Amino acid sequence: MRDLAPEAPSRSSPMPSLAKSLLSPLKALSLLIGGFCHLGFSSETLAEALPIKAVAEGVYVHQGSHLFPNPQNHGEIANIGFIVGNHCVAIIDTGGSQEEGQRLKAAVKATTQMPICYVINTHVHPDHIYGNRAFKAPGVQFVGHYRLAHAMAMRAPYYLSQAKDQLGLTLSAEDFVPPDIEVHDTLDLDLGGRTLHLMAHPRAHTDNDLSIFDATSETLWLGDLLFMGHLPVIDGSLLGWLKTIDQLPSITAKRVIPGHGPITALWPLALAGEKRYLESLAHDIRAAQKANKTIEQAMNEIGLEHRADWQLFDDFHRRNIASGFAELEWEDPSPEPPLKNPGRSNP
Amino acid sequence: MKTVMIRILLTFTFLNLSGLPLGAQAEGEDESQWTSQLKNQFFGDRPISEDHETIEITAPYRAEDPALVPIQITSKFPQTGAQFIKKITVIIDHNPTPFSASFEFTQESGKADIATRMRVNAYTYIRAIAETNDGKLHMAKAFVKASGGCSAPIGTDSEDAKARFGKMKFKFDQDKPTLGSANPVQLLISHPNITGMQMDQITRMIQPAHYVTDVNVSFDGKPVLTVKGDIALSTDPNFRFYFAPQKAGELHVDIKDNLGQQFSANQSVNP
Repeated sequence: MRDLAPEAPSRSSPMPSLAKSLLSPLKALSLLIGGFCHLGFSSETLAEALPIKAVAEGVYVHQGSHLFPNPQNHGEIANIGFIVGNHCVAIIDTGGSQEEGQRLKAAVKATTQMPICYVINTHVHPDHIYGNRAFKAPGVQFVGHYRLAHAMAMRAPYYLSQAKDQLGLTLSAEDFVPPDIEVHDTLDLDLGGRTLHLMAHPRAHTDNDLSIFDATSETLWLGDLLFMGHLPVIDGSLLGWLKTIDQLPSITAKRVIPGHGPITALWPLALAGEKRYLESLAHDIRAAQKANKTIEQAMNEIGLEHRADWQLFDDFHRRNIASGFAELEWEDPSPEPPLKNPGRSNP
Repeated sequence: MKTVMIRILLTFTFLNLSGLPLGAQAEGEDESQWTSQLKNQFFGDRPISEDHETIEITAPYRAEDPALVPIQITSKFPQTGAQFIKKITVIIDHNPTPFSASFEFTQESGKADIATRMRVNAYTYIRAIAETNDGKLHMAKAFVKASGGCSAPIGTDSEDAKARFGKMKFKFDQDKPTLGSANPVQLLISHPNITGMQMDQITRMIQPAHYVTDVNVSFDGKPVLTVKGDIALSTDPNFRFYFAPQKAGELHVDIKDNLGQQFSANQSVNP
């Protein structure tokens, strides 16, 4: 019961580092009690463990399915999982409902005696954060992009108003658990003999995308920066996302875990499909705008050749065009030929 | 099983913090709001004909993005001295503020067409009511399935969006407009158009409404398009309309928002 006690007011604490230092004795304690502390919450062990697979030693992923979130699937559609170190476990994304979070927690307990010390959210979308509440416990620290708390705050009222009708979930403000630790640029998390390198990205899929690199297994966990099979959904910036896609391959990794798609894929080859789609979208929208086409025409005409390549194309493609169109309208015009100084040559 | 108690607790702690009606409205194509209240509120007992001979409205039946729903109103005849459309009012029945925008046209407009993007908060009719120069009212309507467009979070707190706040530009369909005929033109306004319904859950503060209320477009000092706007206009309001220049001149726009901020822009037109 106690992790249901409202704790939102503690969010107002302006000193996460103080909170962190206060928490560390608790963390040590939870390390001591280790695997048997859950006996005190035996009701949770009733949750059926979520099916998971190891993609590398200590790296476990549950594969989501390419479904449009609805009241039947409760938005339990994303790839979520955890990484086990010598001292503790980091959860990466918690699923589309508190129940899915409980089931992920049960999967952790069925896999390892190690306690959970971190819950990392790759971004604000409901299918990645609604399980957070299941993990609230002493010694567990939530980790996210520095804009995640703001994004949760801005979206919560809207998400709350939609949850019942669109996801069949009854949610409250307590279901939005903001990060205790905010990643501004990069941050290393030590799981004991295993370090996770977290990187906060500029506006791309959303404005709060965080990626996780597990140095031990050379596994890159990209969350929804990478869609495979499921059509990429733009909720941040089309151009920003393309820029991020160009930069990501500088990370050397053996494998990548997408937010939607297979539980593991070859890196950086896995980016190719998403890159092709988004590049073609940007190209075609620019061409449409140059030809003075309207947003309606663009939404009806652009990118239909990609339809066979992606699932949920009809659910998200037109929306991607609308969002990209509105963004590109304000793109700085491409450099004009130097009309005013025709004699001047470029270096 | 274990979730049963949790769900019950959640139900008790549930608060509709947004103050908005929860979820989508009536499933059916509901006319009651219009017939029982809105029609009278905006037009009194004036007769309104759905004649299909004056204007048409086009909107997506299912709105992919409820905060960015493209809406097109097309007139069935050119603006001439004998017959023209003075004003088109757009009402979205089930939006928190049903009055969405009005557009006044002149003969300088050439053609009383308008296209824009709107926020749609529920399953609702979107109505365009045109007033012709004979004082008669003509209505076209489209049913749109959308939800949450007015409270949807907006992504305009980016540095780019702040830097271009108040910027405007005109876009022509052709390189050079044709004199003496109706030329399509697009006006883009960089403005967040905050509805006042987006709330910050941590501070529990509503982002104060901040939206464009007035847009006045003129050509060589003669009005072409006059818009009264409200919170239904999407972020970065965008209008496609016509103007009919008889000679070279200057297209000018003044806008004002609800906080009294004003911006203007010019575009010279040289056929």
